[in-house]
Amino acid sequence: MSFTPPPLDQLPDSAIALNAIAPDWRSAVRLAAEALAAAGYSDVGYGDRMIALVEEYGPYIVIAPGLAMAHARPGSDIHAPGLAIVTLAEPVSFGHAHNDPVSVVIGLAATESDQHVASVATLANVFNDASVIPGLAAATTKDEVRQLLGRILKP
Amino acid sequence: MKIVAICGAGIGTSEILRVNATRALERLDIEAEVTATDVASVGVAAADAQVILTSQELVGAIGPTNADVVVIDNYFDLEEITAKLEIAVG
Repeated sequence: MSFTPPPLDQLPDSAIALNAIAPDWRSAVRLAAEALAAAGYSDVGYGDRMIALVEEYGPYIVIAPGLAMAHARPGSDIHAPGLAIVTLAEPVSFGHAHNDPVSVVIGLAATESDQHVASVATLANVFNDASVIPGLAAATTKDEVRQLLGRILKP
Repeated sequence: MKIVAICGAGIGTSEILRVNATRALERLDIEAEVTATDVASVGVAAADAQVILTSQELVGAIGPTNADVVVIDNYFDLEEITAKLEIAVG
């Protein structure tokens, strides 16, 4: 399938969930899977594979203060490469030594690692600006989220 | 010099680390090949690497290695990545 994910500043409404309620980290990851599924990128069941990765290796997906990047390997439950953003009304703990609690969860769906690289590199550009994570956590509209993601920091 | 960034799946967080490590090395003016892979493949991918970049949780899964294992807490903090790489390769 030849499909490139939409630019970050054109993330569809369905791929964004704001002030969502998650009692624990598994629920938070499932919310990211639900957003990915709502946008057509994956099945809801992809969430279980993202959770399994954390159960196997620990909460290493919490890669920066307040931010978890939920993902798993490409698989038949992924229909197109894409990403989803979930912000939590109440931050949850993933059990990470430095970066808990998490208030922003990015869900990543990849069909092939090669297709994935461009959008992940763009994420690095966006999030190297330290104000983006707290900005997303505080966002009240989906346009605000798109605007923050579209702001690319020059390396 | 060869540097390997690893994560559980080899496609998400290790790619962030690879991109930012490459930037940090440019700052340090150090020539290196930086690749991203998953922890299951690290034995092969990092056989001739000088440095392995990862998070604390994955250190135990790496197994025996001659490479310096550098733990990054904040994958988006170029200052942290630059400082730790400078110590590891300096």
